[in-house]
Amino acid sequence: MLFDIDAAVIENRRLSEHYSVLVLDAPAIAAAARPGQFVMLKPTHSTDPLLRRPFSVFEVIRDDEQTPVAISVLNKRTGVGTSLLYEAEPGATIGCLGPLGRPFEPVAPPAEAWMVAGGVGLAPFVTLATRLQELGTPTTLFYGARTAGELYYVDLFDRLGVHTVLSTEDGTRGTSGRVTAPLADALSALGGDSTIKLYVCGPTPMMRAVAGLAADHRRACDVSLEQVMGCGMGGCYSCVVLTRDPGQSPHFVRSCLDGPVFDSRRIVWEALTH
Amino acid sequence: MDLSVSIGSLRLSNPLIAASGCFGYGVEYAGAVNLSSLGGVAVKGLFLAEREGHPPPRIVETPSGMLNAIGLQGIGVHRFIAEKLPELRRLGAVVIVNICGTTLDEYVELARILSDAEGVAALELNISCPNIKEGGITFGCSLTGTHSVVSAVRKVTRLPVIPKLTPNVTDVASFARAAEEAGADAVSLVNTFLAMAIDVETRRPRLSNIVGGLSGPAIRPIAVRMVYECRQAVRLPIIGMGGIATATDVLEFLIAGATAVQVGTANFVDPLLWGKLLDGLSAYLTRHGIDRIADLTGTLDTTKREHAWISS
Repeated sequence: MLFDIDAAVIENRRLSEHYSVLVLDAPAIAAAARPGQFVMLKPTHSTDPLLRRPFSVFEVIRDDEQTPVAISVLNKRTGVGTSLLYEAEPGATIGCLGPLGRPFEPVAPPAEAWMVAGGVGLAPFVTLATRLQELGTPTTLFYGARTAGELYYVDLFDRLGVHTVLSTEDGTRGTSGRVTAPLADALSALGGDSTIKLYVCGPTPMMRAVAGLAADHRRACDVSLEQVMGCGMGGCYSCVVLTRDPGQSPHFVRSCLDGPVFDSRRIVWEALTH
Repeated sequence: MDLSVSIGSLRLSNPLIAASGCFGYGVEYAGAVNLSSLGGVAVKGLFLAEREGHPPPRIVETPSGMLNAIGLQGIGVHRFIAEKLPELRRLGAVVIVNICGTTLDEYVELARILSDAEGVAALELNISCPNIKEGGITFGCSLTGTHSVVSAVRKVTRLPVIPKLTPNVTDVASFARAAEEAGADAVSLVNTFLAMAIDVETRRPRLSNIVGGLSGPAIRPIAVRMVYECRQAVRLPIIGMGGIATATDVLEFLIAGATAVQVGTANFVDPLLWGKLLDGLSAYLTRHGIDRIADLTGTLDTTKREHAWISS
């Protein structure tokens, strides 16, 4: 079921100069959204910028009776639309269309879930971790950022019972360097009889590296891709990703309908432009 | 109140058509929109064969508009008939199939195949896509090319034939005239305006194809003017389009001379806009005491106004 809601901004938590968490009054979308799905936000009522922007549902916020009442999105200001969303004040309304896209498929015990996040790629993992916790699936979050100040919501994952492995490029928190280093070590240390599935979201080079590790270690791996997207509904064919399926030559598929979550083996990584 | 309009032998329950290239194959929207409530659905342009289209980035936003260079990615006519058309029929959609050829023969072959398929209401001839080098636009930018493709398709089908005209010519009305002389049932206009955008930091084009087509509210006044010019030149029904997002925009095109309209880019922003547009049109007809929306077409009043201070 698709909803188009003029959602009031309940809160806009500025995490830093660049990041904010925008909380939107969209109960119907909150109730329907599944982990990994996204919403298309219209940051202005004017025609400039014209199009909506896609955002993973970051949190589903519930009231005291556990009824879903709101969603939040993790926003990083990079352009005109994301700046408007960063600056949005409580009471403003934001057009919110969703939920859209193919969600993650959470694994159940005895399998384990390993989530790998880089920067704003943390966005789809709160809802996924919540679902994994409901299933009783042991879950680890490998989470990397440039610096300690940009590792957000680590305590939230702690409360969800997620084991966190942190890394920063400048070494100010967790291991020093890229998140792929502790992940590679952990994959090498795994026993052959354990079943784990990787869930990845972050910069394209990082997702590509993790997909390579998953292939080397023969582990299932889902990636959540972020493509430039015009409509989110399958209408415009702008968000395409080159994929390779058995028995077919590489072909473009729409990441709004076939994704944003893909089996990493389908992606022709060298064709991804960013 | 009567919102129905006629495009040749084709009767539409209302003048709103989803524009080709902006609505997938229609079925993508079936969960959100009652397709039978639209006047028609113009599906994504089809060649005989499947096409991959251009690599991303395929779109970029500009003030009140967007550029696209999708490159006509598509599943080809045979898969369309097998996989999409039955579903569109079941949903009660009035299906206008947009066809593209690299040669005259390809248009003719597509018209033949689709004339034999159940559930096709009309053929829109894409002779105006700015984003592919071969075929298509080369017909649409030459009066003899436009005439030859329309008359060749006319000979092999009974379906209404609607060439979609490019605005990237000096005098679009002469192309409408060529289409009329060749036996078209209607013309649709405008396709997108050839345009480009550059990232000055990297000095690279923002689209992989370097150039693309501009659509959205930015082009609307030019499109209205072109519909008005074509209205002066031909008797054919005109399907107007270019940046329509509100009922007022629809009315502007109808008054300028369009019988029906297509809505494209606005559907990306607001896929549920159709009901709002229909409500707006009904409210306008009520407010102006007009029974049939068809009576609005071409009713632009260009008589000179006497100013009160002159006449008094």
